[in-house]
Amino acid sequence: MAGALTTSKASNNSTYAGLGNLLMLPSWLVIGFFLVLPVGMMLIYSFLTKEFRGGIIWEFSLAAYDQFFFDRGLFGDDPARIEWTYIKIFWRSIWQAGVATFFCLLIGFPTAWFIATRTGNSRSIWLFLITIPYWVNLLIRTISMKFLIRDTGPLNEFLISTGIISDPIHIINTNFAVQLGLFYSYLPFMVLPIYASVERYNFALSEAAADLYASRITTLRQIILPTVKPGIIAGCILVFVPSLGAFLAPDLLGGAKTFMIGSLIEEQFKGNAGNWPFGAAVSMILLSMVLIVLTYYARQQSKSGER
Amino acid sequence: MTDVAVDISNVTKMYGSFTALKDVSLAIQDNEFFTLLGPSGCGKTTLLRTIAGFEDITKGAIRLYGDNIADLPPNKRPVNTVFQQYALFPHMNVTDNVKFGLLRLGQDEATASARVGEVLELVQLTQFADRLPSQLSGGQQQRVALARALAPNPKVLLLDEPLSALDLKLRQAVRLELQQIQHETGITFIFVTHDQEEALTMSDRIAVIADGRLQQVGSAREIYEAPSNKFVADFIGETNLIDVTVTDISNGNATCTLPSGATFTCPAADGAQKGAGHLSVRPERVAMTKPAKSLLQGKASRQIYLGTDMHVEVTLDDQEVVTVRVQNSETTHIPSIGETVGLNFEAGAARLLVD
Repeated sequence: MAGALTTSKASNNSTYAGLGNLLMLPSWLVIGFFLVLPVGMMLIYSFLTKEFRGGIIWEFSLAAYDQFFFDRGLFGDDPARIEWTYIKIFWRSIWQAGVATFFCLLIGFPTAWFIATRTGNSRSIWLFLITIPYWVNLLIRTISMKFLIRDTGPLNEFLISTGIISDPIHIINTNFAVQLGLFYSYLPFMVLPIYASVERYNFALSEAAADLYASRITTLRQIILPTVKPGIIAGCILVFVPSLGAFLAPDLLGGAKTFMIGSLIEEQFKGNAGNWPFGAAVSMILLSMVLIVLTYYARQQSKSGER
Repeated sequence: MTDVAVDISNVTKMYGSFTALKDVSLAIQDNEFFTLLGPSGCGKTTLLRTIAGFEDITKGAIRLYGDNIADLPPNKRPVNTVFQQYALFPHMNVTDNVKFGLLRLGQDEATASARVGEVLELVQLTQFADRLPSQLSGGQQQRVALARALAPNPKVLLLDEPLSALDLKLRQAVRLELQQIQHETGITFIFVTHDQEEALTMSDRIAVIADGRLQQVGSAREIYEAPSNKFVADFIGETNLIDVTVTDISNGNATCTLPSGATFTCPAADGAQKGAGHLSVRPERVAMTKPAKSLLQGKASRQIYLGTDMHVEVTLDDQEVVTVRVQNSETTHIPSIGETVGLNFEAGAARLLVD
């Protein structure tokens, strides 16, 4: 509050106002060049006509959105019916990302709790261990995962050699493989924000709850979870949003039946067969969905802040 | 049912090789305002936490109205705690904070709500029922913490330095309020503090703790006027510790030689021994007289103005300093620096201590 007051006073003074704008310039450049410009381009492209060998023709068209939502037959002159293909891909992506987020939360929360309740040095070591795998490129990690879980990979060979199974479990190219890949890719994005919340948690609250006759499970549900909720929500968003648009895991670990939005968009821009306006339109639909979720979250947050 | 609310017998608490509590035995009476007093790190909070169940004990037993509770988890013990930093649930309003314990005890919504109303009235917070803890002042938060702990009608209420976060004026007001609430509810209070004034003004009885050991248990008057050892005498209020040589102890009285060579007989604490010892004399019990008819002689070396009173420090011939408290008034003679004065005190004002 005090900070805001000082700033508004300073901006009344013309010298400082000029300097302030100048200092804001790098931020405006970054936001303009890396956010507004590319997203703006995609928005415009989605309303243009496709060039058959990739690229665009500068002519307004709703064809991309039309293709997403409606099926007008092979020659485009049948009566419009709802096109389910892409909606199904969206639905599958939401489901896959949701499952991955759920398992990240299931594993991430106890992990974060464990780390946050360690003392001093061992805490930093655990955090370091969590982040180590992420120094390796995502592509390499996803391919390693593929080798680990394929029919003749170490996982199946181990299970067969110990006699637990006689035939390899078929994991690769299934929904589960994709969920596993997403889970593995984004787990730290769940652990770290929850860790940050739990670290600030006042453990006297747990004692107070126990003192007031709450069992451990009640304390977790009624005291701990509501207090660290911001970290949990942040973690879920950080896992869910990139999972939704991921294309490496579905591409490498999944098959034709596990096709997700990320791969759909990628396909439209790669090679000559692409359809740039359609890819741009799918991106825009994905972006608006994410924005709706985030806006809802922000509303909830400001509501609980007002209370 | 016995008259003893909490019976602590031979409790020892170790953290690794560190002994936080050493063989503490204590019987806290029903409906008593009992204070655990000691410097920080002395083990008083640890003792409170073992009663609440947040710390397990290494040895000994804790009985609550006859039942051994030492092995029960905190949520199974019919005691409630007011925490030092209140530990109010930040996402719940005042009502829900106070109601929390009642619902856990299985009370239905209507019964619990009625009780919440009662307790909020007791601590005068009725109009703040819908506020979140963050929207309350420190004093109000403290009262919510109190209401929350009182609501389930615990057999014993534990208070862990609940006033330490309040400013002086408020602290004094809340002291009286706490005492009054204790009288009204008839609940046994166990109050932890490092503030001796708080302890002296509020408590029925006080236990002085240092280094994990019980030093003395008694009423405020007993502890102030008849301290059993050097630590208690020094920690509670201000005192002069005068080096003496004890020549005889009989029937609870000690005969000793003062630094001036004078012989003096006064009460002795249990366990005091012959040889070198310390007499405790409170500054307000020392009188200044003419040097000729006095027990001790020295020169006034410093004056400290305290408002209603004044402290005069008198340096004895052997360089020991004795502080005398005199009232500030036009009729009292206050010696100037360097003036030779004599010091006198009654036998009842002095006490030979255990070192």
